[in-house]
Amino acid sequence: MIEFVLDGRSQVATYMQLVLQVKQALRVGLVRPGDQLPRVRDVAQQLAINPNTVLKAYRELRLEGLTEGRPGGGTFLVGTLAGPSLGSQAELRDELVGWLGRARSAGLTREDITALIETTVRSTFDGTEGN
Amino acid sequence: MTDDTALQVAGLGKRYGRTWALRDCSLRLPIGRIAALVGPNGAGKTTLLHLAVGLLRPDEGEARVFGRDPRAGREALADIGFVAQDTPLYRDFSAAELVKLGGKLNRTWDAALAHERLSRLDIPTGRAVGKLSGGQRAQVALALALAKRPRLLLLDEPIASLDPLARHEFMQTLMGAVSETDTTVLLSSHLLADLERACDFLIVLQKAHVQLSGDVDDLLARHRTLIGPRESEASALAGTFAVIRASRTDRQSTLLVRLPGAMPALAEGWRAQDVNLEDLVLAYLTAGSEARTQTQGELAAK
Repeated sequence: MIEFVLDGRSQVATYMQLVLQVKQALRVGLVRPGDQLPRVRDVAQQLAINPNTVLKAYRELRLEGLTEGRPGGGTFLVGTLAGPSLGSQAELRDELVGWLGRARSAGLTREDITALIETTVRSTFDGTEGN
Repeated sequence: MTDDTALQVAGLGKRYGRTWALRDCSLRLPIGRIAALVGPNGAGKTTLLHLAVGLLRPDEGEARVFGRDPRAGREALADIGFVAQDTPLYRDFSAAELVKLGGKLNRTWDAALAHERLSRLDIPTGRAVGKLSGGQRAQVALALALAKRPRLLLLDEPIASLDPLARHEFMQTLMGAVSETDTTVLLSSHLLADLERACDFLIVLQKAHVQLSGDVDDLLARHRTLIGPRESEASALAGTFAVIRASRTDRQSTLLVRLPGAMPALAEGWRAQDVNLEDLVLAYLTAGSEARTQTQGELAAK
């Protein structure tokens, strides 16, 4: 079973850290469809975090089709993260590598590039999904 | 008054002699929340908690717990659990004796639950609680408060005097216990770091006044830090943002602001950063009474 770990210095919201950790575990095969996620109470207690935060993470995973609740309790993984997105990811990654090369030859430093990406991501996503 | 409210206070005030320990205090804590009550020493945190549990009588306004005056009698008090500052317990009594005592004094009492919690934590229930460590004593006090199966649990600085490990263990127990029930929690502290991941509701108290209260995610989404050239500050803000706290050098302005709604486009040369809970609390504490009148948080939405 997955054991959640929080990054104390991360700016990523706590519930999202849990979501990302489940996804990462699915990607690398640490967990598989059919596996059970720890009970909300156990996660809240182990990490000393608000149970609502755990519920929010589990709800997010369910909405993304990665988990389902079963009668008698428990949250189980059903989805996988393999599939069409992985293929397109490789392509997108290649494009990004190309773009980074162009940015470097245009004289942007690593910090410039990070700042540009961050502000662009922010302005792109802020309009489409609520915070 | 809506029925999803655990604690509601309106125009609450308490005076000691000529000094108001709490004044014009209005807020609403919905059921199921875990709320942090933060503020410097002397801000009125303990007074607010004592008014909420009926240990004090207000000089102005009222406090209601699940719609009832906590001073009205046993019915209202049955819903409330309270762990006072420094977790006072009869030091010569053992935890087992205190659990038994609690059973005699309360209508609802789950002694088995208290024993189960204490044994899970390996706390010797036969030893006088005065001989236990501070962390263990705090756990005993928490187990006693939970044995009452309160719908609203108030804790006054429960972890302030504990070492970091005991603090973490206390928060673990509390979060685990809350997951099993629908208990609403209000806990005061001046140690924000320990509460950041535990609380989903925030109440900032300073100088006897509520500076800010509301859902943590909402509050964070509604505030930003804006950084930009000082010369264009006036035109960049142009009445869109309420500035909570400003710091300025000769060229740069750094402003913690409340957003009017969605994040508006920023003027040339300005950028916005998300705020965290600590930024927010510090800004409102620094702002003092100035920001108070503008920020009604939850209340305005009612």
